[in-house]
Amino acid sequence: MTATTTRTPDGIEIADREDARSILRHGRARGAGSAGPWAARAGRYLLRRPGLVVAGLVLLLVAAWAAAPAVFASGDPITGVPADRLLPPSAEHLFGTDHLGRDVWTRVVHGASLSLRTTALAVVVGLVVGSALGLLAGFLRGWVDDVVGRAVDVLLAVPSILLSLAIITALGTGPTKIAVAVGVGAVATFARVMRAEVLRTSTSVYVEAARASGARWWSVLGRHVLPNSAGPVLALVALEFGGAVLAVSALSFLGYGTPPPTPEWGSLISGGRDYLATAWWLTTLPGLVIVAVVLSANRVARALETTGEDQ
Amino acid sequence: MARYVARRAAQGLFVLWAAFTIAFFVLYLLPSDPAALAAGSGGEVASVDPALLDDLRARYGLDRPVLVQYADALGGAVRLDFGPSYQSGAPAGSLVAQALPQTLLLTGVALALAVLGGTALAVASVLPRSRWLRQVLSALPPVGVALPTFFIGLVLLQWLSFRAGLLPAIGNAGWQSLVLPAVTLAIPPGAQLAQVLSRSLRGTLGEPYVETARAKGAGRLRVQLGHALRNAAIPAFTMLGVLVGGLLGGAVVTETVFSRVGLGRLTVQSVNTQDVPVVLAVVALSALVFVVTTLVVDLLYPLLDPRIERAPTRKAVAA
Repeated sequence: MTATTTRTPDGIEIADREDARSILRHGRARGAGSAGPWAARAGRYLLRRPGLVVAGLVLLLVAAWAAAPAVFASGDPITGVPADRLLPPSAEHLFGTDHLGRDVWTRVVHGASLSLRTTALAVVVGLVVGSALGLLAGFLRGWVDDVVGRAVDVLLAVPSILLSLAIITALGTGPTKIAVAVGVGAVATFARVMRAEVLRTSTSVYVEAARASGARWWSVLGRHVLPNSAGPVLALVALEFGGAVLAVSALSFLGYGTPPPTPEWGSLISGGRDYLATAWWLTTLPGLVIVAVVLSANRVARALETTGEDQ
Repeated sequence: MARYVARRAAQGLFVLWAAFTIAFFVLYLLPSDPAALAAGSGGEVASVDPALLDDLRARYGLDRPVLVQYADALGGAVRLDFGPSYQSGAPAGSLVAQALPQTLLLTGVALALAVLGGTALAVASVLPRSRWLRQVLSALPPVGVALPTFFIGLVLLQWLSFRAGLLPAIGNAGWQSLVLPAVTLAIPPGAQLAQVLSRSLRGTLGEPYVETARAKGAGRLRVQLGHALRNAAIPAFTMLGVLVGGLLGGAVVTETVFSRVGLGRLTVQSVNTQDVPVVLAVVALSALVFVVTTLVVDLLYPLLDPRIERAPTRKAVAA
């Protein structure tokens, strides 16, 4: 293609191709200042995506449950009212009550804190270890890349729940250990995405320029490669968060989390197993909360992915 | 071709060896004392008679240096001998072999359901003329991916077994007891497959050859099933290794929910009792299944797409 004038949708001719591309993509906001401010653009973006807004609200709500459970459910999640055993959902008990007369809604709200902390820790373990490995592999190449690549292959060869179970066998049970076990399962994915991104950015012109102007390798890595590789990794964080909610709840469903009285989503559902025939709300309603959180995290991940592609 | 197969097989053997080695060192070097585990004290050394510990260490060969134990374990694993179970004393390898057929049956049926259901859903989400119907159908796979396996199992149990009394809730007897677990196990991987396949199908429908086929008067159904689906299937086919691995993992939860005998239940019991040899055998087996599946997928590639002479590299397979 040769440099010819380009016409933007609103009919302005631009001679320079780079300018034209940038204006076509971002609108004339920067140069001419005629497009709406950032907030208005964000508003329009969200208006066209009601599903994304709902997903964001669900995640905010659940985070608020974790931060201040007493605001959303003032009751006691541990001790129940024996007279109110196994009541179906009603205005008074939104999610019904369990076999000890505890309000299930209260337990779900209070369980958010432990479930989300475990999930977040798992994602952090996967993110930190995986990104570090991917960063080194993509940046240093050579034998480091080979070793990391092989390690990732091996981690991918064992289904992540079995990998987590092997780690739990060795470490023992408890929320922190579940988090580590789930996090190790996510390392391979983070390492792979980070490596690919670093390979992409470290061949770009600005990295070459930084190297040519004498910057040390760690400062090139920290100031140029890392910030420019972060986008897809962030989208992956959201995606892995959804996956980690599933994995953590599955492991605590199997009984490897906290012992019973403490509310936690997976063990809450596991506790309802004995009343499947009579009290459907004990398993179904907390389960739907998990589904809503995972769906929302996946929706946000998809939005992050597609905005990443636009840039 | 023979050289290619040999190279891929060597790579597979390496992955197997590395998976075994990592699992071995994770399981043997982490905090718990295997002898105390074998004594059934939950890893607490202090609460066990020291003489008993020494006896157990000698019986399981735990008094030898770690590297000697590792070499011995690796040599045994090659012969499918993973040593005696800490719990029952029976060989871990044969415990796994006994549990395997039930799980193979379950995962086999679930795989068939996932592939058929996932493909049907993917095609159904691009086929109808009604835009509204297409949108509803393409909203299903993301929901399926977000469902925890145990939740699907419990809801099916609740409504189809306990309420409607249609199918038995637990056990391994007859095909009726297989239906609910297989459906439970098939939904998440089926949805995953449907997601990948429908995305690739939508991409393929924009290709020039699809337009050509349409221009030549081929019907909607014939274009989508005969022309587009075959080409769109390639990325989905790549996922097969991951899907099979996911099914093995999902069997752990499914067999627990439906109280079925099988590899998953054995795994949960062994994790509960920290029965290291059995866990090691299960991990090695799952790695073997993954390696064999990806190898087969790689070798079948050229049949699906004659343009691919050699199967793609590991990066493409892993993606």
